[in-house]
Amino acid sequence: MEMTFDVKSMDFKRAGEAAAKIKKALQLVGMEIDTVRRAVIVAYEAEMNIVIHARQGTLTAKVHPDRLEIEANDEGPGIPDIDLAFQEGYSTAPEHVREMGFGAGMGLPNIKRFSDELEIESKIDVGTQLKTIIYNQTSGE
Amino acid sequence: MQKYFHSVMLEKENCKGCTNCIKHCPTEAIRVREGQARIIEQLCIDCGECIRRCPNHAKLAITDTLDRLNDYKYTIALPAPSFYAQFGPGVMPHHVLGVLLELGFDHFYEVAVGAEAVSAYLRRYLDQSQRPRPLISSACPAVVRTMQVRFPGLLENIVPIETPMEVSARIAREEAMEKHGLKDEEIGVFFITPCPAKVTAIKQPFGERSYVDGAISMSSIYGEVLNRLNSTGSNLKSTLSPVQGVGWGKTGGENHAIKDHSLLAVDGIHNVINVLEEIERGGLYDIDYIEAQACTGGCIGGPLVPQNPFVSRVRMESLLKELGTRGEQELNVPSDDQFYRLSETILPRPTLKLSDDVNQAIQMLEEVERIYADLPGLDCGSCGSPHCRALAEDIVRGSAETSFCVFKLRDKLQQLAREIVDLSHMQPPAMGRVANGSKEDAKKDEFME
Repeated sequence: MEMTFDVKSMDFKRAGEAAAKIKKALQLVGMEIDTVRRAVIVAYEAEMNIVIHARQGTLTAKVHPDRLEIEANDEGPGIPDIDLAFQEGYSTAPEHVREMGFGAGMGLPNIKRFSDELEIESKIDVGTQLKTIIYNQTSGE
Repeated sequence: MQKYFHSVMLEKENCKGCTNCIKHCPTEAIRVREGQARIIEQLCIDCGECIRRCPNHAKLAITDTLDRLNDYKYTIALPAPSFYAQFGPGVMPHHVLGVLLELGFDHFYEVAVGAEAVSAYLRRYLDQSQRPRPLISSACPAVVRTMQVRFPGLLENIVPIETPMEVSARIAREEAMEKHGLKDEEIGVFFITPCPAKVTAIKQPFGERSYVDGAISMSSIYGEVLNRLNSTGSNLKSTLSPVQGVGWGKTGGENHAIKDHSLLAVDGIHNVINVLEEIERGGLYDIDYIEAQACTGGCIGGPLVPQNPFVSRVRMESLLKELGTRGEQELNVPSDDQFYRLSETILPRPTLKLSDDVNQAIQMLEEVERIYADLPGLDCGSCGSPHCRALAEDIVRGSAETSFCVFKLRDKLQQLAREIVDLSHMQPPAMGRVANGSKEDAKKDEFME
């Protein structure tokens, strides 16, 4: 089972829709409450990363009985220093975005914290590919 | 015994099978089938949104009548704070409470007093609790049940605190037992309720037991109270009516009583759902406490109140101003924190999944997506499901068919009509000599060759 959503740059009004649809699907499948809770955060943060930083992109959720894979692919500026991007509070979000309360530098750190496996590839001026896996289990973070 | 008690019911004779209710139900718990609305028991949260929406008054709340006072030796009225705001200017709590005694209650206990006591405990709790922020109020049972169905991951954010109604009922009951030497079962405690959600909370409490025995709808006794206010008046001198506790009757009142924290108030069930979604995405962690009420305006906007909520808000505000001029009074409520703690953990209601078997559920979800992609996407509701997606789910669950969709039905009819026309042109080989034939002639030619 696979679902893909287009995500547009700077479309804050619609941001969160993909995460909401993924949540509904996971509830229909009967995934564990903790899996759903983590998935919503990971999907939303990945979605927001595209909204804030990229030109456009897609968010994909692959639902398996034992796990959920969330992938975000975007065309955008890429991440120059990935290690730095994973530091809490580090942000390259533009000032006007931060004034809206977004871009606090918790996106990637939160994605890492709430997912079980994470792969990221980024090319400057081309884009970023993010792959995460969340295993369907009740145990905490 | 049914698993969930519901106070919201359908009056079959009045239901015309229109689809007004299904579109507004926050948990998508209503379907129209065979010309009648049907409430899906596991999903219904008794918010009463459908009672408000139904133009034919086919949705109603099961509440008690004053006749039930005869079942008990000693009866206590528990008026919700919102009740005070239902009357004209100049009507004070002591007038209303006096009339309740005239109506046959032996005693009353203001839920506003319980609310004041809960506020004080909430302040202490917010200072101490290390639980994840934002904490969410437990006061509105429709909000709590919405979370059990749609936001199970946020249940741990709900403060484990009894509602002002329960706190008031327990204090009143224990006082009566002590003062008059009554047994527990001889006392009847009746909540004067603005909503069906509270009725359900009495019959199916979140804690171990409810200290309330019944609920009387505000609308149902409004007329009698109003008449007596005009004729006899009341013989009460004054009442406790603590100003912050009374303020709980409207949106923001709960937060106003807590003070000194980062607080957010949200009202109207669909707005509440938006805020819960934001918390679920990891937001609002800077907020300490969220007062969330299913009804617009708070309890004064309940489905069972007689007065227009915007009018009662004005009444409530001037009442609060008046009460605020009085000095503080000793309330004599328990100071032991344990008294206010909810005795049970609030558990999720896992009701949404398509199948108990994950593999099968995934297959069914794929089927849902496939069917949904093929539906018109107008979300008209004519099929009796709230929107196209819900119909797709219902089809996969086996409770609906594609032909429930009027557009799919029309497609099918058009196709059938075309087939009928095509068939009508066909003739058995023995017949069908066409005068100025085109196709038929061509076929004939083929044969001749």
